[in-house]
Amino acid sequence: LGLALYASSLCVVSGTTFLYHDYCVIGAGPSGLQAAYFLQRAGRDYVVFERSHAPGSFFALYPRHRKLISINKRYTGKSNGEFNLRHDWNSLLSHDRRLLFRRYSRDFFPDADTMVRYLEDFASLLKLQVQYNTAIVHVTLERDRQAWNGHYFLLTDQDRQNYKCSSLLVATGTWVPNVVNFPGSEYVEGYETVSTNPEDFAGQTVLILGRGNSAFETAENILGVTNFIHMVSRSRVRLSWATHYVGDLRAINNGLLDTYQLKSLDGLLEGDLEDLAIIKDKKGKLHITLRFYLENRNTSAGIDSITLPQDELDNFATRAPYDRIIRCLGWKFDFSIYNRSLRMMPGKGNKKKYPQIKPSYESRGTRGLFVLGTASHSVDFRKSAGGFIHGFRYTTRAVHRLLENRHHGVPWPSTVYPITQLTNSIIKRVNEASGLYQMFSVLADIILLRDAATAFEYLEEYPVGILAELETQTGRKATNGLFVVIMEYGRNFSGADKDVFYYNRAVGEAQHAWQSNFLHPVIYYYKRLPTEREMKLRPPDWPLPRPDAIHHIVEDFLTDWTAPNAHILPLRRFLENCLSTDLRNFFAESCFLFAFTRQKLPPFCWQGYVRMQGLVGSEGLRRHAVEAGLLEDYTLTDFLGDRLPDSHEGSQDQLLRDHAIPVRPLQHLVNAKDE
Amino acid sequence: MSAQKDRWVFSFSFLLFCASSIPMRGSARLLQELSPQEYFSGLQAGRASLAYFSHNVSPGAQPFLEQIENSAEALQDYGISVVKVNCPKEDVSRYCGKENALRKAYLFRGNMLIREFPTDALFDVNSVVANVLFALLFNEVKYVETLADLQNIENALKGRSNMVFAYVPATGTAEHRAVMEAAFVYGTVHQFVLTTEATLLKDTGNNEPDVSSARLLFCHCQRATDLAQPCRRTAMGQALTMLNIHRHLKLMGAPLVTEVAEDPEKVSTVHLQLGLPLVFILSQKETYEADRRTAEFVAWQLLGKAGVALLSRDLVDLNVLLRSNVALKTPDEGVPIKYLVLEDTDEVITLVEDKNKVKQIQEDEEEDEEDEDEKETNNQDIQDDQVVEAVSRDKKRELPLEQILALTEETFHSALLEAARTAVLFYASWEAVSLAVLRSYTEVADHLKGARGVLLSRVNCWDWPGICTKENVTQFPTIKIYEKGERSVMYNGMWGTEELTSFIMLSQVSCPLKLATIEEAEGYLRGEFPSELSSYHHTSVLGVFSTATSEAREAFEEAGNILSGHVTMGMYFEGDALALSRKYAVSPPALLLARSRSRDVESIALSKQTAQDMVQMIRYELLGIFPEITVPNLPRYLQLRKPFLILFSDGDIGQMESKEMLKLAKGRPQQAFVACWLNLKKTPVGRGVLKAYFATMPSLPLLVWVNLHAGGQVFKFPSEQSITEMNILSWLEKLKAGLEIPSSTLSEEDWKPPLPAYDFLQMMETAVPELPLHTSHRRGDTPAQHPPESPGGDTATREEPSQETKAEKVGSPGRDLRGTAPRLAAREKQGKRHSEL
Repeated sequence: LGLALYASSLCVVSGTTFLYHDYCVIGAGPSGLQAAYFLQRAGRDYVVFERSHAPGSFFALYPRHRKLISINKRYTGKSNGEFNLRHDWNSLLSHDRRLLFRRYSRDFFPDADTMVRYLEDFASLLKLQVQYNTAIVHVTLERDRQAWNGHYFLLTDQDRQNYKCSSLLVATGTWVPNVVNFPGSEYVEGYETVSTNPEDFAGQTVLILGRGNSAFETAENILGVTNFIHMVSRSRVRLSWATHYVGDLRAINNGLLDTYQLKSLDGLLEGDLEDLAIIKDKKGKLHITLRFYLENRNTSAGIDSITLPQDELDNFATRAPYDRIIRCLGWKFDFSIYNRSLRMMPGKGNKKKYPQIKPSYESRGTRGLFVLGTASHSVDFRKSAGGFIHGFRYTTRAVHRLLENRHHGVPWPSTVYPITQLTNSIIKRVNEASGLYQMFSVLADIILLRDAATAFEYLEEYPVGILAELETQTGRKATNGLFVVIMEYGRNFSGADKDVFYYNRAVGEAQHAWQSNFLHPVIYYYKRLPTEREMKLRPPDWPLPRPDAIHHIVEDFLTDWTAPNAHILPLRRFLENCLSTDLRNFFAESCFLFAFTRQKLPPFCWQGYVRMQGLVGSEGLRRHAVEAGLLEDYTLTDFLGDRLPDSHEGSQDQLLRDHAIPVRPLQHLVNAKDE
Repeated sequence: MSAQKDRWVFSFSFLLFCASSIPMRGSARLLQELSPQEYFSGLQAGRASLAYFSHNVSPGAQPFLEQIENSAEALQDYGISVVKVNCPKEDVSRYCGKENALRKAYLFRGNMLIREFPTDALFDVNSVVANVLFALLFNEVKYVETLADLQNIENALKGRSNMVFAYVPATGTAEHRAVMEAAFVYGTVHQFVLTTEATLLKDTGNNEPDVSSARLLFCHCQRATDLAQPCRRTAMGQALTMLNIHRHLKLMGAPLVTEVAEDPEKVSTVHLQLGLPLVFILSQKETYEADRRTAEFVAWQLLGKAGVALLSRDLVDLNVLLRSNVALKTPDEGVPIKYLVLEDTDEVITLVEDKNKVKQIQEDEEEDEEDEDEKETNNQDIQDDQVVEAVSRDKKRELPLEQILALTEETFHSALLEAARTAVLFYASWEAVSLAVLRSYTEVADHLKGARGVLLSRVNCWDWPGICTKENVTQFPTIKIYEKGERSVMYNGMWGTEELTSFIMLSQVSCPLKLATIEEAEGYLRGEFPSELSSYHHTSVLGVFSTATSEAREAFEEAGNILSGHVTMGMYFEGDALALSRKYAVSPPALLLARSRSRDVESIALSKQTAQDMVQMIRYELLGIFPEITVPNLPRYLQLRKPFLILFSDGDIGQMESKEMLKLAKGRPQQAFVACWLNLKKTPVGRGVLKAYFATMPSLPLLVWVNLHAGGQVFKFPSEQSITEMNILSWLEKLKAGLEIPSSTLSEEDWKPPLPAYDFLQMMETAVPELPLHTSHRRGDTPAQHPPESPGGDTATREEPSQETKAEKVGSPGRDLRGTAPRLAAREKQGKRHSEL
């Protein structure tokens, strides 16, 4: 039978044999495996191509010094698995509790080998369809109007084997080292091959090109044995604790900053690497000069004739010769395998290492081609966590949900609740959801209101950038208005040059919540779905266009937004005002009173009490409510006889006021009194 | 404010002008000193004077003399001169001669002695003025001691003139003086009546007279047409000072309703001049008569508090909504007239009275308005959810959770296998409603302590979201009962201790319970079998089936599944014997119903019914015929969607009423209404219902018809009629025919947000105006968010801390503590202050 199936997926097109799959995933790294997991769970026809013999080949080599900088927080004081993923940056999403990274490593910053082992387990325990030792070397399109996207993807591997897929998921990451070409760049060692043994650097003077985590990691490793280390890069150092972007320099790697600022000979320099030139002298020492000098020199003259900057400027900073120069400039996406017809274009500016994609993670050039994982980071580069496991595990799931809707008619998963659960469902999510927390400002929960605001539909972790396309992308209807629940940092709080520790940086009062600086939940309310135009015209650092109303839940030191008065109450008021209803809870006794004294009931009463699910409440609780003046105790009024109800001082109760207006149309009353 | 003051000054000087029209003489000493001859010869006819005779040396009378001397100026305003007559030593005439005559003062008009006052009646200026005027205004101010006197005067005045009736606790007081001074001015216009008898005050309709303070009532006798009725009265609300009395009388003198045919902005009346608002009733030709009556009615209610004008819209071109029916003009300058749409006269009255209250507060404490503002906005942070507040107030109490097993992801499945039945409460430890249910659940655990075969447990979904999702728990709280890990039933009844306990108990017995023998079936109907339930009062439902009725039996079994836990259902398969059928005269398939506490067994034939129909039928049959309505059982009757005929009773209802009502309820099988009764002792919230219907507690028992689902009208059965089937039926006929007037109508109002939310959008725009936020949308189409309290001001203070925020930061260290650690540091700095406190 297996053979028959195999044969059926073989198809012959113009003499070439293709192996067909609905979904092809290139790369069995974290995002490729994550995508495979969701495809497998959904029972889809898919295959993952991996050029190496095992998953996670990037991690087999990198980081060179083997220490992952993604945290593995094993204890949070909570047992809530979803919440704990907020502090587990290495696990992939799965239903299998064995596949939690804390079961693999006790280190806060785990070893890269553990990651490799983890990925191997992930692929094998979940029985994912990975075809190893298959390097896709070429991807092209075949037009076909029958195909899902109007074309098939034709993939060719190193053995000229061809594959045909309806949808292509690119999870190749960014693995091509960035190289800068300048005169003398042949003397430069690359991060990918440089020795990791500190002994090899004993007594040497080292120049490092680049200022990312790999550069600092390399420096950190040899800091103790070198004469001194200098680092050159075009941009200033960006510290992740100042930018709250995990891709910037992490505190764990910044030992060199310490020694630089504490006058221990090491140093940082700013300059454009493109302007550099390196000259090797007879003793093998490397000198820094400028490309400018090289271009002007007499080519016939020897090395000594080359002008060095210090010849003119005798205090030039890098005048001392170096023993070694190491390039740590990061990586870029491999654009080489895609046929021109796929129009895989590099991004602009600092995103040029990534391919251009839409906020739906679909390629701008080719329909049906989705970019996953690190390579998809252009969506939230230097903003959120989409370039890292703890971020793209959620965006991969989001892409999978988009595909399920697009190709299989499976709408975005959602739950319908009665409106009384609105406050609760938001509070529950903002307190435990890890996807909202990790992919802040990128993924958002969407609440679609049902007719007459009696119920709502809850959609989790939808890419907020394609909000305008929500109806087509999810198969859900948004005709009665919607809420968008998202998490944000304060807009002006952090950045490369900001002092993020300034005094009084935290907001404590709910009424000033919009000025919160730390990550906090924000809820947008739209009476109708924003259009694409409105999405385009949104303010620069806004994830969404101007809403009809907005609510910030005040930042919380413990990220615990369950305080009844500071967090839940203002949220409820916001929701009430958007929906123009009363979302309070009532004891059965109050509902009884309303049932007899008003023609309409608050949602909590008609969705609960009237359906025979009233909240009777214990005696003690009712007494508390009476003491708070929120419930009237009618047993006490016995001796008050027939005094007017509001002569009852103090316990003025907004709830129980005006249940009934005595029938007194103006005239009727007057007639009655006059007669 | 200053405008107001001016007006006061104006009216006061006006008063003085009317009162005296005597220019000040500027003499330092108004007390004349004359010899007897000079005095007596100088007395002019019609002119009053107060004389005091003295031999030069009489030290004991010195203080008395001083008071007389001091009152000279006040009396002069009323044309009364004060004279000290110096008796020559040898003089032994009438006034100078006798020793005790020297201890008195004498009031003359012309040369006629009107009254002599003992010196102790003239202890201060007030008493001097009061007593002197009292004596002079003998005709204008009648002094009465009995109610009969008062009524005689009142009757005599009817149709002729108005009466000012004043009560003072004693004569010679400041209030007495004020009344007399007013009488001096208005005595010819109104009849003044004075009393010191507190009993008279009681009889004037004042329920709780405070006899220690003086009161003044204006009696509108001039308009009185009915001689049998007392005159309408308007009490003066303020303290008795001359100014207030004057003001009150002026207001009483003003026309009741002013007809206006000009721009209301230009209208000015006495009321506005005196600092009171003016209410316009907007009228049209078509409704003029009715509007006029309305205006008069309102005017009577507001007499002394506001003026009422009738504004004819046909004559004035008003640029306001046609719907507007009332306008309010306040005396404050520059405040535009407010046009309103009001529904009943009470609203007009509260409108004015609340305004006055607000003003009073503002005048009373002219403190920081900012404080007030802050208070207002802070209402938003005050919890107004009774459940949330009750739970937070209870949070420090440790719950007795020992009886309830806390389950985790690891223990969940194994725990379900331990007992025959496991009840699991799924809750969230931060969610108030589920915490409220947890409290009831602990009480259930207490009730079921020692019960075998049932394990009570709980899962905190905040800790273990995985199980909750897997068990399909989407909202909190949820209770499920698991049977040995196989089947589970979700609880869908009231979240109360009793209901839960009974559900768990009833769930123990399979539903329907298959009864094997006729003895079991009989025992089941008697409530003795199964023994586990014998202590529970319940209605037993027994299905009787024969061989030929498998379809009905299946439907019955399915219905049993649905009703499991709520109803006890038994099933007896008869075979051919038909013993039960014969006994209860039914043919299978049939239902037998044995209500608890009643020996009767009712029988119902079953036809081809689906399980759903059967569920409906059983539920319907379980409803009482003339039930006592309670908080937990009301929803079952609400579902019938019929009007309610409720007998409210304080305690159990009388036998007679009970019998009559039962007759009524049983009368027709398919009643068009729910006849029930409510025991206020057991369901005290019923009092709240009655108060809402009648404003005050009516006398009980009381029969009320409430049309809950259509129109919401409330009718009260006439209390003079006795509650009998016949009377009720004929009353109901009248209701149907629309011949009765409803006592009240239930409000149709929607449930709107109780308070506004923080309008962060507006705050952001105010603080960062360059935000290109407003580009795509128009403002103002945001949902109704903020009242006028201007959150903008709030953000402005955040931008550059003003004193307010500084005060907040420094002054209230406690408030800074909320939320975050950096605040904790701020708090430490405040530590010293705290300890000082």
